[in-house]
Amino acid sequence: MGDVTEPGVMIRVPGYERAMADSEKEAHESVMKISVNKLDFYYGVRQVLFDISLQIQEGRITALIGPSGCGKSTFLRTLNRMHETVRSARAEGEVLLDGQSIFEMDVVNLRRRVGMVFQKSNPFPKSIYENVAYGLKVNGMARRGLIGEVVEKSLRRAALWEEVKDQLHKSAYALSGGQQQRLCIARALAIDPEVLLLDEPCSALDPIATAKIEELLFALEGTCTIVIVTHNMQQAARVADHTGFFLLGKLIEFNKTDIIFKNPARKETEDYITGRFG
Amino acid sequence: MKSRLAWRKFVNGFMLSLTGLCALVSVSVLLVVLGYLGWNGWQYLTWTFLTHLPAPVGETGGGMANAIVGSGTLLLIAALTGIPTGLLGGIYLAEFGGKTFTFLVRYTADLLNGVPSIVMGIFAYTLVVLPMHHFSAWAGGLALGVMLIPIVLRSTEDFLRAVPMPLREGSLALGASKWKAIVTIVVPASIRAIATGALLGLARVAGETAPLLFTSFNNQYWSHGLNQPTASLPVMIYVYATGPYADWHRQAWAAGFILLMLVLVANIGARLILSRRSPALRG
Repeated sequence: MGDVTEPGVMIRVPGYERAMADSEKEAHESVMKISVNKLDFYYGVRQVLFDISLQIQEGRITALIGPSGCGKSTFLRTLNRMHETVRSARAEGEVLLDGQSIFEMDVVNLRRRVGMVFQKSNPFPKSIYENVAYGLKVNGMARRGLIGEVVEKSLRRAALWEEVKDQLHKSAYALSGGQQQRLCIARALAIDPEVLLLDEPCSALDPIATAKIEELLFALEGTCTIVIVTHNMQQAARVADHTGFFLLGKLIEFNKTDIIFKNPARKETEDYITGRFG
Repeated sequence: MKSRLAWRKFVNGFMLSLTGLCALVSVSVLLVVLGYLGWNGWQYLTWTFLTHLPAPVGETGGGMANAIVGSGTLLLIAALTGIPTGLLGGIYLAEFGGKTFTFLVRYTADLLNGVPSIVMGIFAYTLVVLPMHHFSAWAGGLALGVMLIPIVLRSTEDFLRAVPMPLREGSLALGASKWKAIVTIVVPASIRAIATGALLGLARVAGETAPLLFTSFNNQYWSHGLNQPTASLPVMIYVYATGPYADWHRQAWAAGFILLMLVLVANIGARLILSRRSPALRG
């Protein structure tokens, strides 16, 4: 892994304009959007998450890092209860969204508030326009005349508008991989979620497409709480305010990104970050 | 050592020829049947055959217009009863079903698929003909519909299972309920394949004779309504081909040809639809 000793410098790469300067963030009173307390997770009898507790701050970017199979994706999927699509999956513990237990909420309502972008882009076999409008339609959220506006706004927020504005009615499958992933982000943004979960959104993308997605994460900061799972430690260092390190189903360390990368409290974190294992 | 090698070469060559020969035999049987039917049927096919009622017994001429329409009616009833049931059942198996119940339904459907078609006829006879006290298009259509259910059910299930999981998750993650995700994403992604399965199923039951013999029975005239005995191509072929008159035999050939064309058109149509299937299912 490259030089990760000075994430502060990396954040200020020219071209990345963050919605809030770091100093502003310090002044901004931190509000907890999601708090997880003692979360255990099982697939059948196999336990994959152990006693996870962490707080996710409103309007900020939180990154989850760790080696493959450490449970970070499973953790992410618990936050909007996507784990329930797997029959044997079972989560125990407390996950609060704005102080309310997500397990007691209506799942459709929860997913409307907590959107998700997946590792591999998964546009629907429909037109670009239909993809973005989909969430509005299934939720009965927009009157006909307004859908077009929301589609444009969402595509702009996902930094895709300029590239697709003349081909909105073409199939989403005609787009490149990076464009498809930004389309999936636009699709998630269209229903204006309070939280956006991203599960390794750049793992299949080249560096240029990755940079575009990171840029748009910065632009979303402040208006949307973002939780991103990533394999790429530089990415976590670049984009995140807070970083959590997962190992073998346990949350080893969770802190400000600066501290995790410059001065980790745990030996395991340091070993992983400096590339000694993983 | 050398003779051993020669023996192995011989066995290899022999088995290769044998499999090739069997492939040739199966194809040629099909080609002979199709060719013979095509040749004879085409020869006796006339405009009168397509537009006129059967001639009274003993007279020559006449046609099978009532049987062509009758077959259409029976297939329509079969499609309206069998396809929705099979489709919704297939959706249940692929998207909702638990382990044991799904296994039972799938197993039963496979058994149902193998039930001799005449048994389906007896089933419809008992269920519809006996209470109504007469043969009817309803009974025949229902018998064919029941045969259609397992075909549509299994093909729908298979095609739905082929829809990638991430598409479902994408929809659910946007706040769609499970049913909404199925209706708006999963089924549309495989609708062409499902339609193809249904079409091939219809083509298969279109040629069934046994289930119709004591359900829709037969009719020398136009049937007045769905409660009446109804003529159909397969039953007409059966009656005419086993009849004593040369003219009847010729008409049976023509009817066979029409039936073959119907099945062929359905098959080709299905292939065309499938070859343009939706991008979500592509490799």
